[in-house]
Amino acid sequence: MDELFSPEAWQKLWTYRATFLTGFGNTLRTAAAALLLALVLGFLFGLMAASGKPLLRALARVYVECIQNTPVVLQMCFLYYVLAFSSVKTDIIATGIVSLGVYTGAYMAEVVRAGIGSIPKGQFEAAQSQGFGYFSTMWRIILPQSIKIILPPMVNQMVNLIKNTSCLYIVGGADLISLTYSFVTGASTGGAYAPAYILCGVLFFCICYPLSHLATRWETVLKRRESQQHLKEAA
Amino acid sequence: MDWKASFSILGFPGVLSYIGKGVAFTLILSVLAVVISIFLGSVLALCRNYCHGRSRIFRWISTVYIEVFRNTPLLLWIFICLVACPCPKFFARKMWGLTSVEMKILFRAVVALVLFESSIIAEIIRGGLNAIPKGQFEAAHTQGFSTVQTMLYIILPQAYRAVVPTLLSQIISTIKDSSYLANLACIELMSRVRKILATSNMFNGVGRQMVSDVFVLFGLAFVIYFVINFTLSCAVRRIQKRRPKKQEAAA
Repeated sequence: MDELFSPEAWQKLWTYRATFLTGFGNTLRTAAAALLLALVLGFLFGLMAASGKPLLRALARVYVECIQNTPVVLQMCFLYYVLAFSSVKTDIIATGIVSLGVYTGAYMAEVVRAGIGSIPKGQFEAAQSQGFGYFSTMWRIILPQSIKIILPPMVNQMVNLIKNTSCLYIVGGADLISLTYSFVTGASTGGAYAPAYILCGVLFFCICYPLSHLATRWETVLKRRESQQHLKEAA
Repeated sequence: MDWKASFSILGFPGVLSYIGKGVAFTLILSVLAVVISIFLGSVLALCRNYCHGRSRIFRWISTVYIEVFRNTPLLLWIFICLVACPCPKFFARKMWGLTSVEMKILFRAVVALVLFESSIIAEIIRGGLNAIPKGQFEAAHTQGFSTVQTMLYIILPQAYRAVVPTLLSQIISTIKDSSYLANLACIELMSRVRKILATSNMFNGVGRQMVSDVFVLFGLAFVIYFVINFTLSCAVRRIQKRRPKKQEAAA
């Protein structure tokens, strides 16, 4: 930990700053693309789970349970090695996007399902009696009401997704963590452990802290509003 | 693709017991980490919630700790601990069929997991603490309980009971998170499966690596993780289902 106070180590970090910026960019791009995939899968399977059709519900259940109960590292390794061993040309970032998207999608699906489940049943019946079909009920009536319940946990899942990009390291990706590790262990760049890890941690913190803070604030506000409503109803 | 040859890897002498030990270490790591984290997390949560006035420095410390560890990836702390964490002499020796090097890694891995999980568990426990009505404190004080006694006998037991399901699902997360050690420490399940896969041509009797090896080995790991975690998550759901009835009965 001596290198923490050595100007040379920090100097080295500055010289190789491009490495960290590339890694940071890769991490963010992977997270953004995976988030898109996760949202699509999340809404798809969340709606399936809330649809009341036994087959669709079972499918959504199997997806969520299989993905949530196994580590994302395993899923990513699985995808990567299957592709690599069948000698398909693999892009590590693309592999990461797919497996992270599928993993986060399972959590998003649970969030969407819980959000839809929190809407009173009368709303569905009222919509049906007014002649709304399934999709227009969801799109025009249910989702607009549940979105404020859905969003805070979704932001939390986004934070987890950004942190989980670090498992690209296992398959040798080019994200922030992997590049930091190869920087501190590299032959020509090695040595500056403390400054490099601090920089890496700070970069992650700068992205994750505002998001998780936002989610927490949001939840507290929602809870307070809810309890005020209950009080009003009681009075 | 040669499924028979790939499945013969599992019959190779020593392979299954090697993986079995990996499962045991995954469980030991996770349970140890969660138990220690519950202690540490409780202290952090109490400090962050109730240290006002002159002791507010503790609130600041625990707030910074929680936010820093919650918002940075676990893998970073694993890297840092494996390099920088001091390991007491007591653990740096042969134990439980592990070499002293592996024992050191095990100790440091637990430290890294505790650092990360304790911040998350602290937030979970804080959620439980926030749900306790203020009247409980006032009632305890009028009955002559000191602050420490109020916390130990009245507030914490209620908070723990409220967060039991969330804490159980945190064990699931910890078991999954321990797979981040895959590249660094060859003691837990994921790393052992990967190690066997890396040399699968020596075990499957064909002499080269095949796609079916990936399916068989990772499939086995998948099944093991799934069985452990699914059992736990079923337990969580049962507890959550029983919950409301009990509260109604109490009311």
